[in-house]
Amino acid sequence: MKLSSNRKRLLKILIGAAVYAFGILYKTDNNIVALSIYLVAFIIIGGDILLKAVKNIFHGQIFDENFLMSIATIGAFAIGDYSEGVAVMLFYQVGELFQSYAVDKSRKSITSLMDIRPDYANVQRDEALEKVDPDEVKIDDIIVIKAGEKIPLDAVVVEGTSTVDTSALTGESVPREVFQGDNLLSGCININGLLTARVTKEFGESTVSKILDLVENAGSKKSNSENFITKFARYYTPAVVIVAALLAIIPPLVLAGATFSDWIYRALVFLVISCPCALVISIPLSFFGGIGGASRSGILVKGSNYLEALAQTEIAVFDKTGTLTKGVFKVQEVVPDNIPREELLELTAYAESYSNHPISLSLKQAYGKEIDGARITNVEEISGHGIIATIDDKTVTAGNAKLMRKLNIPFGETDGVMGTVVHVAIDNVYKGYIVIADEIKEDAAKAIHDLKEAKVKQTVMLTGDAKLIGEKVASQLGLDQVYTELLPGDKVQKVEELLAGKSPRGKLAFVGDGINDAPVLARADIGIAMGGLGSDAAIEAADVVIMTDEPSKIAVAMKISKKTLRIVKQNITVALAVKAVVLILGALGIASMWAAVFADVGVALIAILNAVRILNVKRFR
Amino acid sequence: MKKAFKLEGLDCANCAAKIENAVKALDGVTSASVNFMTTKMVIEGKDTKFDEIVKAAHDIVKRLEPDVIVKKA
Repeated sequence: MKLSSNRKRLLKILIGAAVYAFGILYKTDNNIVALSIYLVAFIIIGGDILLKAVKNIFHGQIFDENFLMSIATIGAFAIGDYSEGVAVMLFYQVGELFQSYAVDKSRKSITSLMDIRPDYANVQRDEALEKVDPDEVKIDDIIVIKAGEKIPLDAVVVEGTSTVDTSALTGESVPREVFQGDNLLSGCININGLLTARVTKEFGESTVSKILDLVENAGSKKSNSENFITKFARYYTPAVVIVAALLAIIPPLVLAGATFSDWIYRALVFLVISCPCALVISIPLSFFGGIGGASRSGILVKGSNYLEALAQTEIAVFDKTGTLTKGVFKVQEVVPDNIPREELLELTAYAESYSNHPISLSLKQAYGKEIDGARITNVEEISGHGIIATIDDKTVTAGNAKLMRKLNIPFGETDGVMGTVVHVAIDNVYKGYIVIADEIKEDAAKAIHDLKEAKVKQTVMLTGDAKLIGEKVASQLGLDQVYTELLPGDKVQKVEELLAGKSPRGKLAFVGDGINDAPVLARADIGIAMGGLGSDAAIEAADVVIMTDEPSKIAVAMKISKKTLRIVKQNITVALAVKAVVLILGALGIASMWAAVFADVGVALIAILNAVRILNVKRFR
Repeated sequence: MKKAFKLEGLDCANCAAKIENAVKALDGVTSASVNFMTTKMVIEGKDTKFDEIVKAAHDIVKRLEPDVIVKKA
């Protein structure tokens, strides 16, 4: 529909241009004939503008661009510049056509970035597969996802294995393997296998709907630059029109030798450039492009205002567990005492095999082999201390220092060790210890490094963990400050203190996993939640959601933000500068109406093309 | 109550801003936004007045941008 209306416009412009060309080539001394030819061309080209102008006046809309263009071009006719009147209208229309085409094109390219909406779902009903709208699928329905199809709703696999492409949601290019019992997130693409799954959320509540909703509504929270331009536009147009009116009347009355036709022409130049469209179009377009580009990298930004604020991040505050570390316990060190390392690990894993405590699980994982239950007899768990188990006729005692003291087993002090220590004794003889701790994420150090490179002044870590552990992690990662042994309430207070200490223009970003730090996320200037995939709490509480588990994405988000702001600034500066220059030259009688048309639509086009550059997000990977 | 509308044929960013400001000023509207890029208008307002608000918003769009068609999103 859009295209056909654009084609109609193009056709009108071409016919009008042909008549206009005829008017120029057909040189006649007869003024009436010349005027008629130009008028025909003018009406073919700009008739709809004149009509809209008249209609809008009746609707109480003066000073809109149609009205201004009409006055400017009719004015040109009135002072005898027929040819110029037609030319200005012609160029204005060509510019508008290009502009409409460019906006359409960029709208499409941005929305295609977010082309994750599934069109249908294959639902199993009475032994048959039915293709239905995802909206009609209910919780607990069984759906089938074939290779190459989008996963339509959040579901859990009941049958089949496959690899799933999550890149549309996370920007992560490595596909994920899924097996029976794994969660499937809507919006991902099933690459090869056939999956049968049970729906866990209705379409409206599914990940894909939430994300689309979020990105599409991101524009409703407007940035300062957008607000500035809207305000500016409100005063700019009337101001220029008033100046134009004064310009047309006063100088000819005051200055000796000044003619009305000369000064009216100058006033008309003013009218042509009085529309603020270039600015008003290019700025939301730039922000929307930035938000679209970020979402393609797995970063959801909830509004232009947050995208704008990211660039001004002065203090980055991190939660430790789940944000900089994986939040998963892992065996870090096995320190045997007079026993082979493997044997110590094996016996400890066996002793702990009946427990589901994260520490026991990490021991089993480190051991890595199947546990043969027949070897274990007599397991006794001493709450708050540890376990005593009989394995292959050996009595294995595994637990903390308290357990060793209780049983009067002499053991080595481990005060300097980070993490949880499991002491092990066999037949009441001390055999060493195993250290279990949370693991730092692979890209955590890079995340801090990149932030410093992006001129973030302070990096701070807040943790409820012990001083020793917190400080070691902080020094490993190169964080500037660390506050340890904090209760959840203390974190809010620390953030308040940091907020008080920053410069007025700088922003404080808090990065957490969104699980129990919602109050801190809300208090910070920018709340960033990590690992948002599938976590509703994180998506709701934060201003920015990082879909993957990578803290290094924060620096990426800042880069996108900075690039967006740079383009916004370029557009504002170029548009204002060109307009100002043409206004001044126009007042001096140097700039023609042609220059004014360029200042109006030409600059708008340049601004749009500039804004579209943000979509080139590959550079941020 | 919150409702989204699609503004088909919205191709002037300044008009989008004008529509937004006019809808915001309606009685009973708590928040309104017109997104030029997605051509979406979202209105939030009092339940009791919502029908009136929607009707008034339609009129505003018709007055400011006669070519734009308002559709349910």
